[in-house]
Amino acid sequence: MKKITEIKELKLMANTIRKDIIEMLAEAKSGHSAGPLGIAETLAVLYFNALNHNPKNPKWDERDRLILSHGHTCPVRYAAMARAGFFPVEELKTLRKLGTRLQGHTHNLDLPGIENTSGPLGQGTSIAVGIALAAKMDNKKFKVFCLAGDGEINEGQPWEAFMFAAKHKLDNLIYVIDRNYIQIEGNTEKVMPLDPLDKKFEAFNFHVIKCDGNSVEELLKAFEEAKELKGKPIAIIANTVPGKGVSFIEGKHEWHGRAPNQEEKEKALKELDKIEEKIKEGD
Amino acid sequence: MINSEMHLIKNIKEAKGIPSRDGYGKGLVALGEKNENIVALCCDLSGSTRMNWFEEKFPERFIEVGVAEQNMMGIAAGMAGEGKIPFVSSYAVFSPGRNWDQLRISVCYSQANVKIEGAHAGISVGPDGATHQALEDIAITRCLPNLVVVVPTDAIEGEKATIEAGLLKGPVYLRFGREKVPTITTEQTPFKIGRAEVFREGKDVCVVACGIMVYEALVAAEELEKEGIDVMVINNHTVKPLDKKTLIEAAKKCNAVVTAEEHQVLGGMGSAVAELLSQNHPVPIKFVGIQDRFGESGEPEELLKKFGCTSKEIIQAVKDVLEMKE
Repeated sequence: MKKITEIKELKLMANTIRKDIIEMLAEAKSGHSAGPLGIAETLAVLYFNALNHNPKNPKWDERDRLILSHGHTCPVRYAAMARAGFFPVEELKTLRKLGTRLQGHTHNLDLPGIENTSGPLGQGTSIAVGIALAAKMDNKKFKVFCLAGDGEINEGQPWEAFMFAAKHKLDNLIYVIDRNYIQIEGNTEKVMPLDPLDKKFEAFNFHVIKCDGNSVEELLKAFEEAKELKGKPIAIIANTVPGKGVSFIEGKHEWHGRAPNQEEKEKALKELDKIEEKIKEGD
Repeated sequence: MINSEMHLIKNIKEAKGIPSRDGYGKGLVALGEKNENIVALCCDLSGSTRMNWFEEKFPERFIEVGVAEQNMMGIAAGMAGEGKIPFVSSYAVFSPGRNWDQLRISVCYSQANVKIEGAHAGISVGPDGATHQALEDIAITRCLPNLVVVVPTDAIEGEKATIEAGLLKGPVYLRFGREKVPTITTEQTPFKIGRAEVFREGKDVCVVACGIMVYEALVAAEELEKEGIDVMVINNHTVKPLDKKTLIEAAKKCNAVVTAEEHQVLGGMGSAVAELLSQNHPVPIKFVGIQDRFGESGEPEELLKKFGCTSKEIIQAVKDVLEMKE
């Protein structure tokens, strides 16, 4: 599909996705708020710039694969996919409802364009590694992006997969870690310390790129750089603010697994409308 | 009377001992020769799982994952999405024992075309002890939607099961043992996943067995014949999906059933048969297998005796169930 290269347009898209997330979660009356809001820029840049894909042909063989490993953040993926034209935006309101294609955690068989089932944490990494290895065996040129949470890598499985990816020099694997420093019970460094995360990935033989995951400019640069790196798998540590864009959700782990009520929805949408105006004004 | 259509060997007591896993190794090579999408993943156990035969022939399609069963299952799921047909091998205690969540979500719920070999299953693993004796793998696999569960009785059937699993679309669990077991079937013995075979005709009691217990059931039936008890023996190699028609017909004919497996009776093949019959044609049932306990170290034969997986227990169960029937 045609890529968006204008910074301002990408910022606006991230904001639109945030508004979609708020509407979806309020309508569903359950789900996760902080995580999806925190990575709206990542999904906007992926679906509208970095990924080579075709929403009208989701099974296109040469497409870049996107594995979303921390499945609870899937509302952001659904919103970005709807905006990219995979399915009607109206369908976002079916999230988590009986009979929906938009399951509470993604299911690969329900919605064209969803590459993996996710929910139990850590599984996406191995799936992404398996795809990357199969691509190498068949000399396919596409990239495999895997988006994962930081709390998620408390699990052991991703570390098994990191060792494997390095062994096989899977430089077609771009592992994006959503470093928002929160998980259900609080700050990641209190629950189970991960820092120095960059050094850990380096020790596991990854190229490491660090960026501000809420900056469209920095994400564009990071993905561009990652696509050119050779010889090792790539880890992008994208520092994000959970709940970004909505003042009363920002930075609060209590919003990990909560949805906004009607009142909170209105308040959040007003704030996001203001941000939209500011972006349009070029701020 | 032995069912001649089954083309079993003439004298089962002279059966040649071959580990059923040898059949897996041969089947995998045969598949690899026909289809270049077959890939093999292993967790540092290629020799004991017999995956090394594939590795020697197709090194570029053999993937050593290291001691990491969860990762192996996930990688296989990812590769399956790209059109590969991955076979994953380890000991059954580790796979599906240790990576059940990955089997459930990444493979079964996602309908990934992955084949799982659980090797060294059952009490007959021997001296390694309880930690390495998979006695629960049938229970934890047969409860998963979309998963086919097969327990071959010998190496020849193991080879046929492996080849057919590779041709089926969707996840399949194949269970194998470590020890040499009597090779009672032949190339001509009919085999189809999902179809139970009547190895021996009879009318008094039907013994439904899988794995090595099929041989034990045939031995028991010969003994019981001397006492005038006419026993039917069914090789129920496919635990899921069950061959409902054959099993219900057998229950109707004999009106008493004994199940026999080298596995916990809780949740195993016998439970599956009981679930089917209790709803369709309830008859008295006795379950031969491991009775809700862990194994221990010992020689395979000692353990099979101690834990009640021989013809002796089948004979007793047949007599008990006959009393219940009367």
